[in-house]
Amino acid sequence: MGIRKAALLGAAIVSAGVIAATAAEAQNEQFIPGLVYRTGAYAPNGVPFADGAADYIAMLNARDGGINGVKLTFEECETGYATDRGVECYERLKGKGPTGAAYFSPLSTGITFALTEKAPGDKVPLITMGYGRADSRDGAVFTWNFPLLGTYWTAASVAIQYIAKEMGGFDKLKGKKIALLYHDSPYGKEPIAALDVMSKKYGFEFLQIPVPAPGSEQKSQWLQIRQQKPDYVLLWGWGVMNSAAVTEAGNVNYPRDHMIGVWWSGAEPDVIPAGDKAAGYKALMLQHPAGKFGVHADVEKYVISQGKSLAKPDEFGQVLYNRGLVNSMLGTEAIRTAMAKFGNKPMTGEQVRWGIEHLDLTADRIKKLGFEGMIGPIKVSCADHEGARLSRVHQWDGKQWKVISDWFTADDAIIEPLVKDTAGKYAAEKKITARDCSKES
Amino acid sequence: MIYREAGQYKVSYQADEAIFPIAQDRVVMLALLAVAFFVVPLVASEYVYRAVLIPTVILALAAIGLNVLMGYCGQVSLGSGAFMGVGAYAAYNLAIRLPFLNPFVCILLSGFFAAAVGIAFGIPSLRIKGFYLAVATLAAQFFGDWAFLRIKWLTNNTPSGSVNAPPLQIFGYDLSSPTANYLVALAFTCVLGLGVKNIVRGHVGRQWMAIRDMDIAAEIIGVRPMYAKLTAFAVSSFLIGVSGALWAFVYLGSWEPAAFDINRSFELMFMVIIGGLGSILGSVLGAIFIVLLPIFLNQALPPLGALFGWHISTATVSHSESMIFGALIVFFLVVEPHGLARLWSVAKEKLRLWPFPH
Repeated sequence: MGIRKAALLGAAIVSAGVIAATAAEAQNEQFIPGLVYRTGAYAPNGVPFADGAADYIAMLNARDGGINGVKLTFEECETGYATDRGVECYERLKGKGPTGAAYFSPLSTGITFALTEKAPGDKVPLITMGYGRADSRDGAVFTWNFPLLGTYWTAASVAIQYIAKEMGGFDKLKGKKIALLYHDSPYGKEPIAALDVMSKKYGFEFLQIPVPAPGSEQKSQWLQIRQQKPDYVLLWGWGVMNSAAVTEAGNVNYPRDHMIGVWWSGAEPDVIPAGDKAAGYKALMLQHPAGKFGVHADVEKYVISQGKSLAKPDEFGQVLYNRGLVNSMLGTEAIRTAMAKFGNKPMTGEQVRWGIEHLDLTADRIKKLGFEGMIGPIKVSCADHEGARLSRVHQWDGKQWKVISDWFTADDAIIEPLVKDTAGKYAAEKKITARDCSKES
Repeated sequence: MIYREAGQYKVSYQADEAIFPIAQDRVVMLALLAVAFFVVPLVASEYVYRAVLIPTVILALAAIGLNVLMGYCGQVSLGSGAFMGVGAYAAYNLAIRLPFLNPFVCILLSGFFAAAVGIAFGIPSLRIKGFYLAVATLAAQFFGDWAFLRIKWLTNNTPSGSVNAPPLQIFGYDLSSPTANYLVALAFTCVLGLGVKNIVRGHVGRQWMAIRDMDIAAEIIGVRPMYAKLTAFAVSSFLIGVSGALWAFVYLGSWEPAAFDINRSFELMFMVIIGGLGSILGSVLGAIFIVLLPIFLNQALPPLGALFGWHISTATVSHSESMIFGALIVFFLVVEPHGLARLWSVAKEKLRLWPFPH
């Protein structure tokens, strides 16, 4: 080991000499990596999210000079939604910057599963906002995972609540048929466990209809839906699968307003390709709607009008662009929270993790950040890495997404036991001893 | 002058039949192994391990496995992704259901499960040939995809269908560091690669090659096609299965059926074709080519563009990576249809004569 350390030291000295000119400045930088997919089957959805995430960070740099005087650096790496490329990108970016990567947001359930194994060893937190493992909200077991704003079990619970409300009460669900049309991958399968429990509790029949990835071909699935005539279809798709599903629903004349997509199936790229057939289609919201809010004015002023954004004009204010903004806002606010404890310098992954776990955004703070109307208050803790279990429903009227429901809160009586069960199983399999959250500060 | 063979007399059959009959080859090979085992751990960074070395070494083993079937026995297979998957899920289930087994035992045993599945899907090869066999082995791929997605027992009823490998330990030592992971993968690949090299030089390998070159003639001189083809399927699937288990346990740590989809099969097939059919060296070169080139292009393009003052966006990098990669594959196949291994053997012949060509 001595030789290796000496070799590393030697290499470090040489490279330090080379980059000495930039070193002084680089010491006060916080590096934020971006795992993006701007190519491949999922690019229509990946691009606006990546643009939103990058633009918010660029806006903070231009407006405030970073966070508390620490400049933010940002670098993208293309994953193409492929797990092995995602892992390669993670390995490439995790050590960049003076303190390493602040956090990762892979925007892919598959990559999240793979990184969940690596993050504890590298001490880098994962912010998987609205995706990833549903049981990872149990922070005692999943120390490094943060499925902020909502998991798929939250989504499943809210979807059933919304259906019950439309039908006039949970007792009306009895004997009804609800189908889940899902992307056949860990992403699409996540809600099944929660829906199973609810189908037993409320007495509705639960149909599972898988669509092989990428999901552009769905004729046989929709034939099955035509035969079985479910009262509602829950759509758990991503990328081209969403627009294909909406188009097929139009072709077989299944009522679009009885289709409810998850929040990854409820953006502009999912409905615009389907044209008129998409009108009436509903989807859950990861809290925030489409449209422009307080923060957009600053992004427009400091980034878009300066020509520093990759976003196309019509992308600005779309659902997924806004989601990118929210993702970067939560990450940078976590860094700010960490700085309040550890001082105004670049944070390590471990310090950012503490920051996310103690993230507490009140309605007042959200208003100041310019996100009022986009998200509700969120408070993360050791026991609850999700922070909030709220969602709404919006509907595509053929031209734009309109919010049609009030806030719903997921039913924790259903989700909590499931989380405990699967997180416990995971801990046993990986031989992890859960943290005692009452002792965490 | 580099290959000066003067004075190297072979006085026994053993010396004449050695894997590397020329002394210089032996020295170079041992030096390469020494570098791989001892020098690389001193200099490689974690990124190089996780993104470059570990996947290359494991996929080289898989490519060797496929080369046994395609290169030596002449049976086209598009099911290698599924056989990797069989290895991975067999190792996972052994580790979960028999917790007293060491993960390394699970990895080795998983090869036998893959071999059994390989034999089952190899049976049609007795009647069908060429492209038709490719289609038949494609069935193995689709069956694998289906089984890993649908049979809940195989994934221990996890809600998402994604499973995790147990921690790698042996005799109380934790082997989860990248260096240890790399050495584990390298040891498996070297030992099994050496084994295969000897099999293909022995009577079994000669039967495979006889079947490959002309199956009717081989049958007439006494080679049993069933035995030869099925052993090829078994050995090939064993190696691919072990590499699949390594891919899952050592490289990914957590995986879903998509890790072993049809693209993996194609990737392995490209490795074998570009590296060189019927060559162990070719399998390794092919794996290096297919794994490293995209990563290299992806990293080299932005600074290269910066030299000319272009800012290349992430999307453009990704698109040009695919285009250049595709163009290079076509280029290599046009220049040398027999693969990178053939390029090396031509170079070697030249070096042996140099500086006095006839």
